[in-house]
Amino acid sequence: MAIHSYTSRRELEQHSFPPAVTILVPLVAILFQALLPRPFPRLSILELPLIVTVFFAVSRRSPIAGTVTGAVIGLLQDALTGQPIGVNGMAKSVIGYIAASIGIQIDVENLTTRLLINFGFCLLNSVLLFLINRRLLGLPDFHILWMHELIRAAINAVVALPIFMLLDYTKRRE
Amino acid sequence: MESFFVRFKNVFALVAILLAQTIALAIQVRRPIESGAPDSHNVTLMRYWVVATVTPLERFFHGIGSHVRGGWSNYIDLRHTRQQNDDLKLQIARLRLEQAALAEDAMQGHRLQALLDFKQHYVTSTVAAQVIGTSGSDLSHVIYIDKGARDGLKPDMAVITPDGIVGKIRDVFPNNTAQVLLISDQTSGAGVLLATTRIRAILHGSSTGRVQISNLTPDDRIKPGEAVLTSGGDQIYPRGLPVGTIESIAPDPDHQPYTLITLRPAAKLNQLEEVLVITGTEPVLPPQAQKDLAAGAATAQAQAAAKAEADEAAAEAAARSAAQIVADRLPSMHDPEHPDTNADAPLKPGETPAPKPVVGVVPHPLPTLHPDRYTQGSTPPAADLTPGGRNSTVVPPATTAPREPETPKNQQDQPQPNN
Repeated sequence: MAIHSYTSRRELEQHSFPPAVTILVPLVAILFQALLPRPFPRLSILELPLIVTVFFAVSRRSPIAGTVTGAVIGLLQDALTGQPIGVNGMAKSVIGYIAASIGIQIDVENLTTRLLINFGFCLLNSVLLFLINRRLLGLPDFHILWMHELIRAAINAVVALPIFMLLDYTKRRE
Repeated sequence: MESFFVRFKNVFALVAILLAQTIALAIQVRRPIESGAPDSHNVTLMRYWVVATVTPLERFFHGIGSHVRGGWSNYIDLRHTRQQNDDLKLQIARLRLEQAALAEDAMQGHRLQALLDFKQHYVTSTVAAQVIGTSGSDLSHVIYIDKGARDGLKPDMAVITPDGIVGKIRDVFPNNTAQVLLISDQTSGAGVLLATTRIRAILHGSSTGRVQISNLTPDDRIKPGEAVLTSGGDQIYPRGLPVGTIESIAPDPDHQPYTLITLRPAAKLNQLEEVLVITGTEPVLPPQAQKDLAAGAATAQAQAAAKAEADEAAAEAAARSAAQIVADRLPSMHDPEHPDTNADAPLKPGETPAPKPVVGVVPHPLPTLHPDRYTQGSTPPAADLTPGGRNSTVVPPATTAPREPETPKNQQDQPQPNN
């Protein structure tokens, strides 16, 4: 009988995913993000790629993996927009890094924790996009509506809970 | 030293990735503007890979949705279709009349434009396309359509709906897909004209998705509800297409003393199903439009001729009626030389009375039976009168009616009036 020994919390709860899930889940999230607002315009408030980024980052608990995952998802998202490529890439790289770092420290299996981290990362995403557009791209007319962003963060935090639970089934059992 | 990099490898990875993307952003923002290409080659290639991956799935889901909606609306949900068909027929008839009313003015306008050598561009060819997806981000207002380079689409072609302008083609991909930049995007712009005040302005989108005009100073003539049209000055949108209506006017907090005019787009930008891409414009009207205009003008002429005929008949009937009333009230108007023998004859059923002659009937006074000094013609001519003298001469009155000849003797036997 094999004996497992764990030396840290990080080692205890680090998860991995099958390659198909790693590739398909972000693609499906981006696809739904592009498809849903057409028949249901109000659903453009969702940020499915952000939710997927946070999920993979906190599940893998590797800052480098989280950064790369966020960068790839963000760049794919940018390629579908009319914006310069890299705006969402940079924002989600930072979020992936921070989410993975937080995942090492706290228990991310708890529902309340998941709700809070999704709310917080959605707000952080808005702030990062505002800074990148306003400071890096030099768009002086770029404004941010804070009440709208708070509502968006709350909605995404709620929507993230069932998505996280669904994606929990894709974790590789070792 | 090695332990330092190992210890901070996560941070270094983050910084390296951020730095690479920052440099990429800087290159994209600072690249020289190339004609017809919104992005550099590498960026276009990356966009193409992603679009080529995503759009087949979008087409698949869009096709399923279209078939379900089509099956429902074409075979099941047919209530009120007959009533709607009747309403549409009535609407077509009304629009034909409106077209006829406007055709003359339009043709006159074209003639004047030709005289003034005025350059106008008319939409001659369009390509209908279906919207299959969006950008997925409310910071970037772009949509994807199912037509691309194979259908003759090129960047900067105008995209419209029957309601108004939508945007322009931003990028065209070989796999029958094109990216449309909506007018609500913050990087879009269009030359517009306020319909009532004829003030030219520049329209642009915003980060919140609103369509705004921000290059006008306060003007009392500009009111909410005024229609906004394309001016044609941007060389993308043909002149005269509806853009929207003014929703609100407020001072621009970022750019004083300018005003921030917010528009309500004429096209429903959030619920686009099908759009038209303008692929060709010409300075002359397309043949079909010329035929429609000629048909409208012919209808207008026929209407004018019918109206003139009706007016003439009404005037004739009114004159006849007036003459009849006068004839009834003034018996002397009956010409004794041309008595209307059939006037009192009873009409047979279905027979209409013959029109009576109106022109040339001049009333003649009846002959005087007992002339006196007041009778017309009894006064001698002024040349025969003596100033201050008494006029005792009685001149027999001149009668217009034929009278029997009288002898002078009989005339002397007439009683003399006492003057």
